[in-house]
Amino acid sequence: MISHPMPEFGSFCLLLALILTAYNLAVGGLALWGGSPSGLRITRRPEAVWNRLGETARRAGIASFVALCGAAFALVYAAFTNDFSVEYIRAHSNIALNPAYKFAALWSGQEGSLLLWAFLLSAYGLVLRMRHRVDVRLTAFASVIMAGIQVFFLLLLTVGAPPFSIAPGPVAADGAGLNPLLQYPEMVMHPPLLYLGYVGFSVPFAFALGALMMRYPGEKWIHITRRWTMVTWLFLTIGIFMGAHWAYSVLGWGGYWGWDPVENASLMPWLTGTAFLHSVMMQEKRGMMKNWNVWLIFSTFMLTILGTLLTRSGAVSSVHAFAQSNIGAWFYIFITIVFAVCLFTFFFQRDHLKSENKLESLVSRESSFLFNNMILLAACFTVLWGTLFPVLSEYVQGSKVTVGAPFYNRVNIPIGLFLLFLTGIGPLLAWRSTSLRSIRRNFILPSIAMAVTFAGLVISGLRPWNDGDDMQSTFFSLIAFTLAAGVITAITEEFLRGANVVRTQTGKNLLASIVLLIRRNTRRYGGYIIHFGIVVMFIGIAGGAFNQAREMEMSAGSTIDIGPYHLISTGMTQDSKPEYDTSYLVLNVYRGGKYVTTLSPEKRVYFAGTDHEQPSTIVALHSTAQSDLYTVFEGTNPDSGLPIIKAFLNPLIAWIWIGVVIVVIGTFIALAPNLVRTAVRQRQEDQVPVGASPLGVPGVLAKVPHA
Amino acid sequence: MRKLTGLWRGPVFWARIVQTALLCVVTVVMLGANKSPFERIGHQLICTCGCGQILLECNHVGCTYSTQEIAELHAQLDAGASETAIQHFFVAKYGPTVLSAPLRGGFDNAAWIVPMVVFLLATIGTFAVVWMWKRRALRLAGGIGNVVAIAEPSIPQDAALRDRIRRETEY
Repeated sequence: MISHPMPEFGSFCLLLALILTAYNLAVGGLALWGGSPSGLRITRRPEAVWNRLGETARRAGIASFVALCGAAFALVYAAFTNDFSVEYIRAHSNIALNPAYKFAALWSGQEGSLLLWAFLLSAYGLVLRMRHRVDVRLTAFASVIMAGIQVFFLLLLTVGAPPFSIAPGPVAADGAGLNPLLQYPEMVMHPPLLYLGYVGFSVPFAFALGALMMRYPGEKWIHITRRWTMVTWLFLTIGIFMGAHWAYSVLGWGGYWGWDPVENASLMPWLTGTAFLHSVMMQEKRGMMKNWNVWLIFSTFMLTILGTLLTRSGAVSSVHAFAQSNIGAWFYIFITIVFAVCLFTFFFQRDHLKSENKLESLVSRESSFLFNNMILLAACFTVLWGTLFPVLSEYVQGSKVTVGAPFYNRVNIPIGLFLLFLTGIGPLLAWRSTSLRSIRRNFILPSIAMAVTFAGLVISGLRPWNDGDDMQSTFFSLIAFTLAAGVITAITEEFLRGANVVRTQTGKNLLASIVLLIRRNTRRYGGYIIHFGIVVMFIGIAGGAFNQAREMEMSAGSTIDIGPYHLISTGMTQDSKPEYDTSYLVLNVYRGGKYVTTLSPEKRVYFAGTDHEQPSTIVALHSTAQSDLYTVFEGTNPDSGLPIIKAFLNPLIAWIWIGVVIVVIGTFIALAPNLVRTAVRQRQEDQVPVGASPLGVPGVLAKVPHA
Repeated sequence: MRKLTGLWRGPVFWARIVQTALLCVVTVVMLGANKSPFERIGHQLICTCGCGQILLECNHVGCTYSTQEIAELHAQLDAGASETAIQHFFVAKYGPTVLSAPLRGGFDNAAWIVPMVVFLLATIGTFAVVWMWKRRALRLAGGIGNVVAIAEPSIPQDAALRDRIRRETEY
């Protein structure tokens, strides 16, 4: 009998992790029940016994992380040592594969990505269990709930989709290789980041469910989970946009978002997670929206599972076909159990979720949060509806339909513009109630900025009524640019107003005052920076209305003119690499008669380790803040033998990626702790007359009603 | 500080806002109906090779599917067929999945109507909830004046109230 030590070690680790996690779930749950007022009284000191038992469960949870590290190591080791006796490695790697992509083999297929999910979940669980002193009992509840989720994934890995299955027959000399589309640097980062986002929502979910189960008094659980939620949201944001950038750079169709069901699956929890991050502030500050928040985080977690279900089950058609399999039934059962647990817990504990305050005015920060939530959920529903409509159509009409980009663009763009509008006005409204004077003062500059931008754009030629075929997209762009100008002005005004007060108090210059302002209230001003990043992204997206494309056969010396660019072909070159053959065209790019750059769009045909040739496109692009010149070598005309080049001019695309960077910076700022004022300065500031400071000292409302 | 009264809180005002918003939505959705037939119909179809791309955006050279579909679209337009007839032609030949969005009428209309209805109901519902809560808060406080008193701390000595307001209004 042939021995496979490393795969066997991996399988053993998975089994061990399952046993440890099941212990965490069962014994941890028992300890929580036993330690509750209605629990068993088995000794004179029941609390000490249950606490000790709970501690063993916590340690089992920590140990499960070690076991999963072993399993992940075994799979990566198998990839690096070309152990093609493991079916998963045979199917997703080959000898000549670049080592970075061999590491990426961990998440390039079904079983490996499920192992990554379980590993990340155990890593989050490790941090949660190590930090249990923050609130021992609440953490114990969250730990048990996390263990419940973990048990599902480990069962799946040991029974439904084992990653260490041995390939039947003799060991293959080489593997089938990694999908060429995935052999791109961003693909080493995109899936783990996305998974960090997906999996991370388990933590606020576990805390919310735990807090509800134990009828946790107060809103401390929100403080505990705030950073978890923000970090998770950040990972998901980066993961989504890294995927969009990968699609833009690799797939070669000139766009970055195709509304594929798998893309939609990542967008839906992002939308509800964003709604949760906003509405949870109402609970934190005013004890409102408790029912809503609980269901928002429940929905966000369930949507991450639904996304995985859609990705894996093949219920809906997707270009991400590499991820489809027959483990959908597992996810259907799991999501049903999760929903049932959430529903029952909510039903039995709903009296614990009574609001402490009620909304007092239509024109208030609370109202704007409500509408923000409504818009985000409407967008989420639209995406979910469009994703599931083919299934519904098949059920009702007997035939599937395609729900593609035209549907999503038409329905979601107006919703997105409404959201952009709220991004601008929300922070300008005060909590509780906003006065007319405050509205006048806060809205006048943004309104002027919008009017000037609108007029300026129309005068400079952005006139939808003249654009014939492109009237609708030009109209939406005009509105988006106009709203963006208003929001940016509002945010700038907020910074300047606060900085001026700091400058008056401290005598520092404007820049130093802005820095101090941000450091004193990182959450508020980090939030503004995130909003600014979102607006910059909207500007980039709105630029899509002015995309241009040209396609032609190019012999040496032939030219294409697109926008301000003049492209001259110097001919086609071919090369051969260990993994692929490549053909590329060399294009010299000129602008206004001056040489700008050389672009080499490529067409590769991968053959190493594969049973059949796999073509792949390598886009060549020249990116500036104004526009991207994006060229694709589409292949050669079989009749003429000439290469065919498609050139796109995509205005403002870079703004999307810049916007993401700003969002990331803003999130880091929002996560940073506030600058702690010294006792002396605190006293000095407290002596400032009532209403003079916007920085959290008394009188804040009187002067800065939008605080 | 003056409070928002009268017009701002009147149902007629909000009804007008909703009507205007509805009109804008309808206008915007109707815009873009004047694209050239080739462009318009070409963007209503997808390439059937499996790439899932819009027919006129398919970038696969040598993709016989998109070339053939584009040729068929030209032929149909040259023959003077209507937009609906062309859609029926493609659906009959390639199946309903050839359409890039649900456009066949009947149950397909639900794809478009439901999100709009949900959005409108959610908007109206949110207004209603806010309105109801506000009324309840006013009733509990015994009138508008009391709410104003809470929003603007008129008793600076009341540290507990000020502390609560600060806590509640810090972003």
